[in-house]
Amino acid sequence: MPLIKDGRIVEDRFVRLDEEGPLPDVVPVLVPAERFLGNQAEYLAAKVPLGVLWPNNKRVSELEPYLGRLALIALHFPAFKDGRAYSQARILRERYKYKGELRATGDILQDQFLFLLRAGFNSFEVKKDADAAAFAEAAHRYSIFYQPTGDGRTTALRERLRRFHANKTSASVPDKEHAS
Amino acid sequence: MYVYDEFDRTFVKERVNDFRGQVKRRLAGELTEDEFKPLRLMNGVYLQLHAYMLRIAIPYGTLSSKQLRMLGHVARKYDKGYGHFTTRQNIQFNWIKLEELPDAMADLASVGMHGLQTSGNCIRNITTDHFAAVAPDEIEDPRVWGEIIRQWSTLHPEFTFLPRKFKIAISAAKADRAAIRVHDIGLRLYENEAGEHGFEVMVGGGLGRTPFLGKTIREFLPKRDLLSYLEAVLRVYNQFGRRDNIYKARIKILVHEIGAEAFSKEVEAEWAQIKSGPLALDTITVADIVSRFQYPAYEALKDETEALESAKRDKQFETWYENSVAPHNQPGYAVVTVSLKPEGAPPGDATAEQMEKIAGLADRFSFGEIRVSHVQNLVLPHVAQRDLPELWRSLDALGVATPNVNLISDIISCPGLDYCSLANARSIPIAQGLTRRFRDLEKQRDLGPIHINIDGCINSCGHHHIGNIGILGVEKNGEEVYQIKLGGRSDSKAQLGELLGPAVPAGEIIDVVENIIDVYVELRKNPHERFVNVVHRVGLEPFKERIYAAH
Ligand code: SF4
Repeated sequence: MPLIKDGRIVEDRFVRLDEEGPLPDVVPVLVPAERFLGNQAEYLAAKVPLGVLWPNNKRVSELEPYLGRLALIALHFPAFKDGRAYSQARILRERYKYKGELRATGDILQDQFLFLLRAGFNSFEVKKDADAAAFAEAAHRYSIFYQPTGDGRTTALRERLRRFHANKTSASVPDKEHAS
Repeated sequence: MYVYDEFDRTFVKERVNDFRGQVKRRLAGELTEDEFKPLRLMNGVYLQLHAYMLRIAIPYGTLSSKQLRMLGHVARKYDKGYGHFTTRQNIQFNWIKLEELPDAMADLASVGMHGLQTSGNCIRNITTDHFAAVAPDEIEDPRVWGEIIRQWSTLHPEFTFLPRKFKIAISAAKADRAAIRVHDIGLRLYENEAGEHGFEVMVGGGLGRTPFLGKTIREFLPKRDLLSYLEAVLRVYNQFGRRDNIYKARIKILVHEIGAEAFSKEVEAEWAQIKSGPLALDTITVADIVSRFQYPAYEALKDETEALESAKRDKQFETWYENSVAPHNQPGYAVVTVSLKPEGAPPGDATAEQMEKIAGLADRFSFGEIRVSHVQNLVLPHVAQRDLPELWRSLDALGVATPNVNLISDIISCPGLDYCSLANARSIPIAQGLTRRFRDLEKQRDLGPIHINIDGCINSCGHHHIGNIGILGVEKNGEEVYQIKLGGRSDSKAQLGELLGPAVPAGEIIDVVENIIDVYVELRKNPHERFVNVVHRVGLEPFKERIYAAH
């Protein structure tokens, strides 16, 4: 399964742990949430980069205390049409200011890339090679966005105002979405 | 009318290209039907009994004459020469080939139309009062807020894969003409005691197999907070709405299961986090949207009482005028409902020719603007009163001046088993039969306003739960039989109808409705007591007695 990170197909550095089994001490590990939550202290103390595989039916607020220590959070899409992890991603990025890798796993097709990027994901485990190859094109299929998210893309509303002001005067335009 | 600018046009074009690519992948076998399904659904493409069906969004029910003409063109070129207006203020084409879909969409895109958000588990096309901006009982144009919500919800990255579809309706008038209490979110724009305009927010209304009226979770929401509050509601629903059972996935079930109070608490907590963020609507942003709504340059006219009086000497004109013409908020103007319910025809259907000619009449008489009502009729919203006689003659020649608006033959019906793959029974033929049985217009007028709604299955696209008489087709031992509900209503006193008793066979349903009407006529105190009020006054018993004793 190809992994795309920051726009490029890359090797997955993380070793995915099962529910059981020993904790390797040299390679980055991706730990299932259940296992992590039972033994946070042990994992947090480990010397390796740490990732958590988080299910889409648990509040991400539970992860808040550990965010500084996590190098990766993998959120899961059990099916294309199950969109819970989009909300989780936005909360992690926009509310808790999580800065590490945010990965989409599960049923990932090219038609989700743009939604995922806008929600704050920066890496993707893609089901099909052809979809992974189409990443760059799929990510640029649209140039107009109607709603502000944490990804910083300007919205049509904001662009319109910018243009309006540019045409009328040289006065500066607020570059945040909210002017008041 | 809202005018698309280059941003919107670019977006719609990009959308068509995206879909063209998806159809190509499907035809080349790169996508399975299973994988293609959610993608086509995001563009309003359903697989029906006979063919693919394309549903086009008509945001808040407003069309320009150019757009209506294009719909006529699509009906003629890609379909069998007609289209079907739905209870969601949309239009459906039932006979389009997959290979031709991208071309049909490109044609529609040339007038800013598309099928986005007419299907799939996303925020659907926003609906509102078809008399918006012309109704005398309105405090401001609700379409401005509809447009703001439309933009915010367009391909929303977080809310495109919700547990289930999500419908929002807005009303800004005293009379609720948008059935806001039976939507996932109903917004009532009103003026509070301090003189400020804001929204009452109702959540969890809906029909289908478990009908509920929406519950108010916020009495007054300031306008600037509209989007952040909606985002909070949707975020709570996206995370906690049920996904294990399609029949329990609508927000009404979540609200019902955890209770309106607990739900409202979750929303308020989420809202507190985002309310002062980038979704807050400042006045410049709202002004920018308002500036792209074009309002007609009305002439300074006076009400034409005398001219109309003399025109009314023509009895046929008078009948139509009394029935199909509503007051306008500008002196000298009127609002005209164009009935798509002629005797014996499928409710809401219009031919290519009718669409093109009505577009022409809109250019001549209504500032090029048309509305689609959730009752499946069209509306010409800005007609000068002096033009009414001429307009009437033209509409009559087109077969769309039947003076039956709000009367018993103004039936709402879903497509049912004639088209829909989910149907248990036919609904259009029942509607046709009823319009024939009650063809006598004088009799119809005597009966007063009666709303009949017909559905071919419990999904309730035809809103049978809120019909004064609601008819639901079900299947029993391989036969089509019909359940009847009485007393539903969708106005500001919204109420769900009550089941009358066991279902009746297809062959008897028309007689049964006639019996119900007979009972009403016998029991009404005077000719002005409406059907629905009689049902609520006397209860179901007298109706039951008559129906189940006789049949
Ligand atoms: S109510 Fe049922 S039969 Fe009628 S259109 Fe909807 S899904 Fe189809």
